[in-house]
Amino acid sequence: MNDRDGYDAADLRDSAPGEELPGHGEPASGILGYALGFGLAVLLTTASFYVAGSQLIWGPSIPVLLVVLAIAQMGVHLAFFLHITTSPDNTNNVLALAFGALVIFLIIFGSVWIMAHLGHHQMTPAVMMQHMR
Amino acid sequence: MSAAAPSDGRRRGASEADDPYRLGRHNGGGRDETSGHGSGGPASKHIIVGYGFWIFLLSDIVLFSAFFAAYAVLAGETAGGPSGRDLFDLRNVAIETALLLTSSFTCGLASIASRRRDATWTQIWLLVTGVLGAGFVLLEMREFVVMIGMRAGPSRSAFLSSFFALVGCHGLHVSVGLLWLGTMMAQLWVKSFRPAIQRRLLCFSLFWHTLDIIWVGLFTIVYLLGAGR
Amino acid sequence: MKLLGKLDWSAIPIHQPIPLITSLTILLLIGGLLGWVTVKRWWPYLWHEWITSVDHKRIGVMYCLLGLVMLMRGFADAIMMRTQQAVAISAPGFLPPEHFDQIFSAHGTIMIFFGAMPLLIGMMNFVIPLQLGVRDVAFPTLNSTGFWLTASGALLVNASLLIGEFSRAGWLPYPPLSELAYSPGVGVDYYLWAIQISGIGTLMTGVNLVTTILKMRAPGMDYLRMPMFCWTSLAANMLIVAAFPILTATLAMLTLDRYLGFHFFTNDAGGNMMMFVNLIWAWGHPEVYILILPAFGIFSEVFSTFSSKPLFGYRSMVAATLFICIVSFTVWLHHFFTMGAGADVNAAFGIATSIIAVGTGVKIYNWLFTMYRGRVRFATPMLWSLGFIVTFSIGGMTGVLLAVPPADFVLHNSMFLVAHFHNVIIGGVVFGLFAGLTYWFPKAFGFRLHEGWGKAAFWFSLAGFVIVFGAFYVLGLDGMTRRLQHVDVVEWEPWLLVSVAGVGVMLLGVLCQVIQLIVSIRSREVLRDESGDPWDGRSLEWSTLSPPPHFNFAVLPDVHGREAYWTTKAQAIEREALAPEPDYSPIHMPVNSATGFITAFFSTLIGFALVWHIWWLVALGFVGAYATFVVFAWRDQEDYEIGIDELRASDRERRHVRQNWLERRR
Repeated sequence: MNDRDGYDAADLRDSAPGEELPGHGEPASGILGYALGFGLAVLLTTASFYVAGSQLIWGPSIPVLLVVLAIAQMGVHLAFFLHITTSPDNTNNVLALAFGALVIFLIIFGSVWIMAHLGHHQMTPAVMMQHMR
Repeated sequence: MSAAAPSDGRRRGASEADDPYRLGRHNGGGRDETSGHGSGGPASKHIIVGYGFWIFLLSDIVLFSAFFAAYAVLAGETAGGPSGRDLFDLRNVAIETALLLTSSFTCGLASIASRRRDATWTQIWLLVTGVLGAGFVLLEMREFVVMIGMRAGPSRSAFLSSFFALVGCHGLHVSVGLLWLGTMMAQLWVKSFRPAIQRRLLCFSLFWHTLDIIWVGLFTIVYLLGAGR
Repeated sequence: MKLLGKLDWSAIPIHQPIPLITSLTILLLIGGLLGWVTVKRWWPYLWHEWITSVDHKRIGVMYCLLGLVMLMRGFADAIMMRTQQAVAISAPGFLPPEHFDQIFSAHGTIMIFFGAMPLLIGMMNFVIPLQLGVRDVAFPTLNSTGFWLTASGALLVNASLLIGEFSRAGWLPYPPLSELAYSPGVGVDYYLWAIQISGIGTLMTGVNLVTTILKMRAPGMDYLRMPMFCWTSLAANMLIVAAFPILTATLAMLTLDRYLGFHFFTNDAGGNMMMFVNLIWAWGHPEVYILILPAFGIFSEVFSTFSSKPLFGYRSMVAATLFICIVSFTVWLHHFFTMGAGADVNAAFGIATSIIAVGTGVKIYNWLFTMYRGRVRFATPMLWSLGFIVTFSIGGMTGVLLAVPPADFVLHNSMFLVAHFHNVIIGGVVFGLFAGLTYWFPKAFGFRLHEGWGKAAFWFSLAGFVIVFGAFYVLGLDGMTRRLQHVDVVEWEPWLLVSVAGVGVMLLGVLCQVIQLIVSIRSREVLRDESGDPWDGRSLEWSTLSPPPHFNFAVLPDVHGREAYWTTKAQAIEREALAPEPDYSPIHMPVNSATGFITAFFSTLIGFALVWHIWWLVALGFVGAYATFVVFAWRDQEDYEIGIDELRASDRERRHVRQNWLERRR
């Protein structure tokens, strides 16, 4: 077991995820940071809800815009609430997140790709009804 | 004793190598050397617990991604029953989103207060977080009850099964989070700010913020996109 | 609502002699064991030193014990299957289909989830902190909880033998067969809850070991100075963390279908059975890499130690490991080429599957080059490793053959497939486990295993394995499908008889292992590991006494190079003296905790109650589990101090032993 316990501010070159170390690549610190993040998130959320039912945006692009807004919001949460930064003390945290993101991407898009193709050789119900007559 | 061990994997020659048990050296490793990057010995408990919980959260978001994948595949399988457009009340979703997002903000304020070791304000902000979270869960439960009452429960179609499972999984996580929050508030009351409790508050805030991130994905993909079907 | 849900006396298989006699025998054995422990008054010792231990070494040993016992049960299932197929040729055989189906389902489930995984996790648990030069894993109580949850799952699977039945749907319960409509009994439910509960335990291990390897290493041990076993374990545990949630989610979906009438995978209301296959293999493929990567790590350690050379191509090994780790998430469709995704999708995944073989190829060449120009010693661990090189290469090649979709269309679900995966699992994972067990046994228990019986065990196992699965390859090419309760094609009979004979040879190998253990324990004074370094090892675990003190190292070693201990040893030999005695300072070790055991107790109750629909017991179990968590969270003392005197005494003993060793070398 290591013999250092408790909150160790001297550990300057590595930080726990979610931990705020001022001056280490944070966009804003303290209450201001959280307030800024909250404000941005509110903006993005309102935009999402507005876009969803809007006539102002070309229909087929709405899903794309919604996804972009969602990703932006997730980024705001990561930066302002979870204090995930690109500075070297956060490298392990970012790498873990990146690995998770890769796996999620592969599972969701892989599954959708595979399942959409599984009908490839299948008879559609309509054709099946024809054959059964 | 040199303070920084090289991190490039270069071997020291036998002649200059010190014995592996350095005289007078603490067995925890130098305080000013990197942990995490390898050379400074084991990291502090604070970092270890935070990172371990982060890895657990990674597993949790993969869990959600499996439910998301199932939803993505089954979203169109309404089996002649109601679809998202028929069922989703976006005003309700907007209120839920506002509640959860605000609770994330107040959780952040609780973190700041806890770092200042201000017990009163920590408890206040944690309480607000809990109340907002409970509001979220209640609204979601009401939505479920209404849908089941309309014969649009999970056994109606595959779309509804995947909806209830995905949204329900998130709601279950929030509920467990509330139970955890209540337990921790009680602990904070009785035991005040010890290192262990500080670590747990860090873990809780990680958990709570991540749940909000997942909710962003949820309300976008399920509700906003689904209401258009 | 009935007090005991669906449970009544008809759950006991009084009309089925085999499960009845087996379970009663097991009950008698367990009862006898518990009675013996009581008579000898060993309960306080067991409780304080093992059951509530949070020491990674103790937990590792318990994991390995669990794995070995369950490996035996899985092997017994295999013997029954081979015998049934050998006698049921145009005949009914002695196992009716309802029973045979449970046997092959139990065989796969037990071997993977309760045999191989616990053994691998046990080995990783024992070795990694020692190799990293630290005192324990990141979360010791979590470690204990993970073990006991795994044991809880194993208990549930075995309980199904006496109370109720097991799943008949295979080790991966494909719907619609596993849905309520076609499996109305409790079998699938036993499977689901056993796997879910032990899955939580496995996830805990994954989190624990990733954090330990990334955040807790001795001073000076950079990433590129870690032993190779730690690298492959890191990759395997990252896979656990990223893949097991998929299994949890998919089985949860099936559970929702069965318990609450959901329609994820049902035939009606829009369910899609193929999605189960897709999701379960998105877990299933990373799972096989979770199994093999630690074994690869063991082989890296063994090859370098027994060739008296550093591992060849360390950096390329690390790169290959990480490559395998990431690409393992891109190949899962090759388990269901025939499900009909079409040529484009099949081709993409087929190519990815062929590519992933390159990573393993790099590793095999590196092991061969490690041996080249080394002074190779053919001790038992080395024999298992050499057997691995030959068998795994063949198994891997049949895998690359199966990766070609048109070939797979002919061979899918044939005995060829069964031969392939047993080839890589036995040749890779099992041989690796036996190499590791023999290699690290002296470190854990203080005496070596008997070499002669070990070699005999190896040769019998290798020969038996070749006979059984060589026959399977032929049968597969001859068109035989898997999981047949009886066989109507008389041409297959000779090969089925050959495979039964092979199982007999493997059984001899197992017997040799058992005899080896008994003989070694009896002659442990002769086989005593005096120095703590019986194999002339190269990594830090060999710098401790055998067995190590519970805190592993009195002073955490300073690491200067890749083979930390080898460097120290070389210096000591060159100088003909040990390094000077270090300064000691007090350390803290975690206190023991009953949390893990009690949590698992309630989990077993919850699982059993869920299987039999005893809802009040489920609620009670959850309340109990939560209460246990609160009690654990409320504790005031997390660790205790070990003073300088105890550290100095232990370290002086170690130095004394080393000094003797050094003098004997002169």
